[in-house]
Amino acid sequence: MLAGMTTNVVFGLLRVAVLVAALKAANGEIADYDIAAANTYVWIGQGLLGFVLLWGTNELAERVRSGDVVVDLYRPWNLQGALLAEDVGRGGYAFLTRLAPPMAFGMLLFPFQFPATAAQWPLFLVSGLLALVISFGFRFLIDISSFWLIDNRGLYGFWNISSGLLCGLTVPIAFFPGWAREVLWLTPFPAVLQAPIDVFLGHGDPVELLLLQAFWAVVVLAIGHFTLQRAVRKVVLQGG
Amino acid sequence: MAEFIYPKLIGARLRSQLSYRASFAMDFVTQVLAQGYELIVILILFTQINALGGFSKNEVLLMYAFAGAAFGVADLFAGQLDNLPTYIRTGSFDVLLMRPLGTLPQIMCSDIRLRRIGRITGALAVMIYALTHVEIAWTPAKVVLTIVTPLAGAVIYSAVWVVACSICFWIVEGREFANAVTYGSNAFTSYPINVYSRPLRWLMAFIVPGAFVAYYPSLALLGKQDPLGLPGWVGWTSPLVAALAAVVAGFVWRFAVRHYRGTGS
Repeated sequence: MLAGMTTNVVFGLLRVAVLVAALKAANGEIADYDIAAANTYVWIGQGLLGFVLLWGTNELAERVRSGDVVVDLYRPWNLQGALLAEDVGRGGYAFLTRLAPPMAFGMLLFPFQFPATAAQWPLFLVSGLLALVISFGFRFLIDISSFWLIDNRGLYGFWNISSGLLCGLTVPIAFFPGWAREVLWLTPFPAVLQAPIDVFLGHGDPVELLLLQAFWAVVVLAIGHFTLQRAVRKVVLQGG
Repeated sequence: MAEFIYPKLIGARLRSQLSYRASFAMDFVTQVLAQGYELIVILILFTQINALGGFSKNEVLLMYAFAGAAFGVADLFAGQLDNLPTYIRTGSFDVLLMRPLGTLPQIMCSDIRLRRIGRITGALAVMIYALTHVEIAWTPAKVVLTIVTPLAGAVIYSAVWVVACSICFWIVEGREFANAVTYGSNAFTSYPINVYSRPLRWLMAFIVPGAFVAYYPSLALLGKQDPLGLPGWVGWTSPLVAALAAVVAGFVWRFAVRHYRGTGS
């Protein structure tokens, strides 16, 4: 855990340095981000990364490939619901071990932009939780793609390298050119990282952001639900 | 005898990867994309600004391309060291020790990840673009420098990889520590080092000699003064730094292997 945190902090420091250098070159402000906001953006992002678990383990996919998933399917539970519950539980632990430390690190050692109103704190928590649910939804879809692909590692790798940019981890989505910004906000990706950060920073209307996240959470979970139903029909038990 | 074994081993690994063509193609594309996303980040930043740390877009792209190509080559040979914790935990490192070959070359040849060539290809394309779009007063020496830089960089990164992964002989799950300096120094060296704070720069540019992968050679090529005040000839010292780093890595590896204790299984 300490090792993971070191890596997290080193990458946070690198990202802060580049963003701050860019801000200095732009006379201190780009698209509502000043130096304090950029620091806050980076350290919340580094924390949320582990909290929403942007890059998962591909564990379920391995179980599909090996056939062990049959055990998961004949249990008297809704597989997606059970895994979601498990992931929310993991989130509770990750809140303390993955989200809080980088945020505290940023607050103590860097110029930090605290929320302007007290209400933004609970809203940020709700937003973070919704982000976790959406992130789970994506991971679940990638996992169960292995019912069709058998070897989903290509898709898994593709998500791992693309999600950082699409969700607003590497550069704030506000920095993108106008057309790219508009296209991205039509997709569910910013709801995973950029939305909770925006709620915290007070960029945009928080209620609107939360509603957008809730919408995508429902959509991603629904797609996962129906995809799983179709996948189950394909399952063939080989022997016993 | 060893000199005949390694080409054979590497050849066998390469053939095995090419036998799953679709999977290889997808991995290859993913690697090109991975390198491309870093490029997009730089391009997005430069839609908002004209210079980063006093360097223009194409100058930053040159550093990014040198760093990317060097990292790609290093990853091709040294990236397998990421599997070291598995070797140690399962005890299969014992097998490597028993063979009459060096442990380090054995691990390096254990899985040449050919798909990494995707990363190198992407970086080379940007390098050609950047080299043709920045102002360089070409001399024969600078042509040599351009060719040597990614290779010296690859040796530096590989040495960093070896030293960082050696920690796994003491802390078995030390891989994430290692990642902070291996993958971290790739992220670090893609940008001019004067954007970083002093402690970070000392750690990642000089203790981990990341500054010699792309930053100083680029300065020498561009004929620019170092904003940090080091003299111009520093840009030509990368091969020396690489040789030094390789020697240090060799000693650290030997020292670490002597501290290896089998799992007993």
